[in-house]
Amino acid sequence: MAEFIGQELTCIRGERVVFSDLSFAIGEGEVLYLRGPNGSGKSTLLRLMAGLLRPTNGTILWNGENARDDAETFRGLLHYVGHQDAIKTALTVEENLTFWAEMSGVDPEKRAVGEALEEFSLGHLSTLPARFLSAGQRKRLNLARICASPAPLWLLDEPSNSLDTESLGALRSAISAHQEKGGLVAVATHEELGSDTNVLDISEFTKKKEVAA
Amino acid sequence: MSAFLQIFGSLIQRELRLAIRHGADSMMVVMFFVLVVVLFPLGVGPEPSILTRISAGVIWVAALLSAMLSMDRLFQTDFEDGSLDLLILTPQPLELMVLAKVVAHWLTTGLPLIIVSPLLALLLNMEASGYGVMLAALALGTPTLSLIGAIGAALILGARRSGVLLSLLILPLFIPTLIFGVSAVDAALTDLPSKPQLMILAGLLLAGLALFPWASAAALRQAAE
Repeated sequence: MAEFIGQELTCIRGERVVFSDLSFAIGEGEVLYLRGPNGSGKSTLLRLMAGLLRPTNGTILWNGENARDDAETFRGLLHYVGHQDAIKTALTVEENLTFWAEMSGVDPEKRAVGEALEEFSLGHLSTLPARFLSAGQRKRLNLARICASPAPLWLLDEPSNSLDTESLGALRSAISAHQEKGGLVAVATHEELGSDTNVLDISEFTKKKEVAA
Repeated sequence: MSAFLQIFGSLIQRELRLAIRHGADSMMVVMFFVLVVVLFPLGVGPEPSILTRISAGVIWVAALLSAMLSMDRLFQTDFEDGSLDLLILTPQPLELMVLAKVVAHWLTTGLPLIIVSPLLALLLNMEASGYGVMLAALALGTPTLSLIGAIGAALILGARRSGVLLSLLILPLFIPTLIFGVSAVDAALTDLPSKPQLMILAGLLLAGLALFPWASAAALRQAAE
């Protein structure tokens, strides 16, 4: 039973309270949608979930244990897709993806680089140097990472940006396949990506601090 | 453990592949090294005895400056394109990733410097007895330079005018390596044993291997926050 919980999280960045007393819970096979206007702290929350940022207050629990206690194991359980696409333009599409699949530390037989490229229709571009990719193709290559090596928790920051309808469909089906396998997803997006409507509106937690101040 | 080694190897392989495809970057460092050394005979005059006297020092200072020049890109591109976040989020210790990047950096800049250094020693009229010790001292010293440089390169992420800042931060830290590197060669040229200096350079390298990746990794985590 995988479970990902945040309790009473407060985050202060540059002397500004981004959000306070924010709690969330994601169970097996669930998708949590993060909503809120630009600058409300969706990306910050995702970086906090990944462990790139430390919460000023509150705890993040994976299966009831503090994710910071065994940070290395926890990092092996998650995929994070941020705004930057982590693509080296001098490497080919396949080399880029293979590298990140290798770095995930997953057994070689469990990796699926070729399948991941096909899933996001990049298969025919696999030997192309990544500098020739368009913005949408770069995004797809970045997203292909989450399918190239298995991990139960996906943290996706605006994954639908610059994607066309077809790729959006590929993303939707990747997410629902992940859900069926019991995976957990937290996604900041303005699009509707699945049937579930488990929504966390961050702006509720940012307003509170103005009252308190 | 073998999984760690494989991942260590993958990262080095990726760095080397990038260095080969951006071949000009490594070549520029070597060219800079050669040019700096060539400037000295033009500046101090072609007197062979003077050149012999300063040869070890000139080669070492030029090697420090060239290592400097290549340092600021070590983590900068990974920081800019988001790779750094993902490297931090891999299940391996970040210290190991730093070490792999340092090894790759040394292979693409330190090693070429060592390879061209005998040619430059010849140009500066160094006596034959100094060559072996100079190569040994550079082989022990340049990896230390890469390790020290990695700390500076991690600290300057996100700073303006990062190149200048990096020089100010790490050139003073290069001094011990410079002193013992030059004195090892000078000892060999005056028929004194140069083993003590080489041992100290080896000691600096071992201490650096054990300690500096931790400092760089801490600075990288700070930069990602």
